[in-house]
Amino acid sequence: MATMKTRRTLAKAGVITGLVLGGLFAGLPVLWMLSTSFKNNGEVFQNPPRLITKGFSLDAYREIFGNATQLRFFLNSYIVAFSVTILTLLVALLAGFAFSRFTFPLQKTINAVIVSVQAVPPITLVIPYFGLVVALGLYNTYPGLILTHMVFTLPYAIIMITAYLNTLPRELDESVKVDGGTSWTALWRILVPISVPGLIAVGVYTFMISWNEYLFALTLTRTDDMRTVPIGIQLLMGQHSYEWNQMMAMSILGSIPVLVLFLLFQKRFIGGLTAGAVKA
Amino acid sequence: MSSLIASQVAPPVEQAAPPKRKTLARRLIPYGYLSPTAILIVVLMVIPIAMVISYSFRDNVIVQDNSVFAGLANYTKVLTDADFLTAIKNTAVFISVSTVAHLVLGLAFAMMLNTPLLGGVTKAIFRIVYILPWLFTIAVIAVIWRLLLDPSGVVNYVLHAFGAIQQGVNWLGDPGKALWAVTFINIWSGYPFFMISLLAGLQGIPGDLYEAAAVDGTNWFQRFRHVTLPQLRPVIISMAVLDLIWTSQQFALIWMTTGGGPLHATEMLSTYTYKQAFSEYEFATASAAAVIVLLLTMVLAFFYVRQQRER
Repeated sequence: MATMKTRRTLAKAGVITGLVLGGLFAGLPVLWMLSTSFKNNGEVFQNPPRLITKGFSLDAYREIFGNATQLRFFLNSYIVAFSVTILTLLVALLAGFAFSRFTFPLQKTINAVIVSVQAVPPITLVIPYFGLVVALGLYNTYPGLILTHMVFTLPYAIIMITAYLNTLPRELDESVKVDGGTSWTALWRILVPISVPGLIAVGVYTFMISWNEYLFALTLTRTDDMRTVPIGIQLLMGQHSYEWNQMMAMSILGSIPVLVLFLLFQKRFIGGLTAGAVKA
Repeated sequence: MSSLIASQVAPPVEQAAPPKRKTLARRLIPYGYLSPTAILIVVLMVIPIAMVISYSFRDNVIVQDNSVFAGLANYTKVLTDADFLTAIKNTAVFISVSTVAHLVLGLAFAMMLNTPLLGGVTKAIFRIVYILPWLFTIAVIAVIWRLLLDPSGVVNYVLHAFGAIQQGVNWLGDPGKALWAVTFINIWSGYPFFMISLLAGLQGIPGDLYEAAAVDGTNWFQRFRHVTLPQLRPVIISMAVLDLIWTSQQFALIWMTTGGGPLHATEMLSTYTYKQAFSEYEFATASAAAVIVLLLTMVLAFFYVRQQRER
């Protein structure tokens, strides 16, 4: 019995050691980013390195907040990501409703097209998008970004919303039809109100994809008043001669929306994310 | 973070009995609901792909109006370009090493997070820490690692302190090391997604399989080999193929850490294509490269779809 207990303790110690080492691997770079954002720039490469330095201050954050160009990046990212989220939810809800509640010819084919859209490399699309967006007069505008971001968000949203609607019993919408309502009423009166948790999960993921998008934002915008946060972070690398503390502060500020959304909706989010990939 | 998610939209389990006679209008209803999606897919996917294929067979596209048919000239130019061949080789190393490392780390971390030896709260805290790298956008990951891997940065300091190196190494600036450095960064940023899926997979393995194996007097490793791995196999294979596709599309990380350099040491298919288009303004050549990238992705996607069907 004693040996069993010893072995258990040893195993536990082993797992904890492993978890801590892995945690350091995952967390230390993030911690270092946070720490650097509070340093003054002269201390960034101080030898030996310190987590908290004498010059500890919020100056880097003040610089970012005091700079209208920088703030504009955030405003742009919010405008684009919110628009993408709302439009994606709307379009995907209609499509998901069709897949979930109707049977129709070509259903499987259309579904296969939507799934395969996800595999198309952005770098293949960015060249024609450039031509298309310029031709449509959408170069360096919000609609240009919003529209192109939807190519990534829409397929996933349709798949998730369809799966979610499939879990809701059909009797719910049948009752509306018995009362003489159409499928349209069934969707908005019955299904949408009870789908709110599922729609939030999809919305969060959509927001994250759009907030983080880089390639299209880089190629389809030109002026600072249209750039988004990821591009803004990159611009900081070039403009100032490596103001590392400001770059880190900007990175932290740029990550907060996604971190907050993730922490708030963690459970639902991971559940939704793995539902498709793991279903055996 | 990428958006390619494994799933199949299963048709609803129970089908309502079809009404005896559907009017034409009623038959069209589902297509009505699908029409916004259809329009977007045509505008954002079908037309652009047709455009890029057409560009790839022409010359003087986008920047000039007088485009002319060029046959296979663009493809010949790309396929005989030494930089392109380097890009293929680098991409192959980058995606295969990344995927294997994502799998190994993801599985190891998922198994530790799934241990019955620790309490739920402890595991929940570790899980958040382990997911962290995945929550940062690539621009942020690029600046973090440029800071850490700087010749006078903290990574070099630690390695020096342990005597592993004599002086500061320019990890991202040395042609012999840059590819490994960007691969390492990509490993750090990409394993959590693998881990989340494998963790869900582990939690789905029925406990009685382990109990039966324990009754047979097996040790930990035997249970891992004969219960865990076979049970996770479908998840592992589809995640691996997905990861190969995603990683091959990685542009932002390379672009913001090395820009494909030094001396093309980290040139990938994505950075090569981007440079042809937006640095050289050779949109026709870039289109040919983009079509080749699309074809390579389709090969991987084909395996993925086949794998999904078998499940």
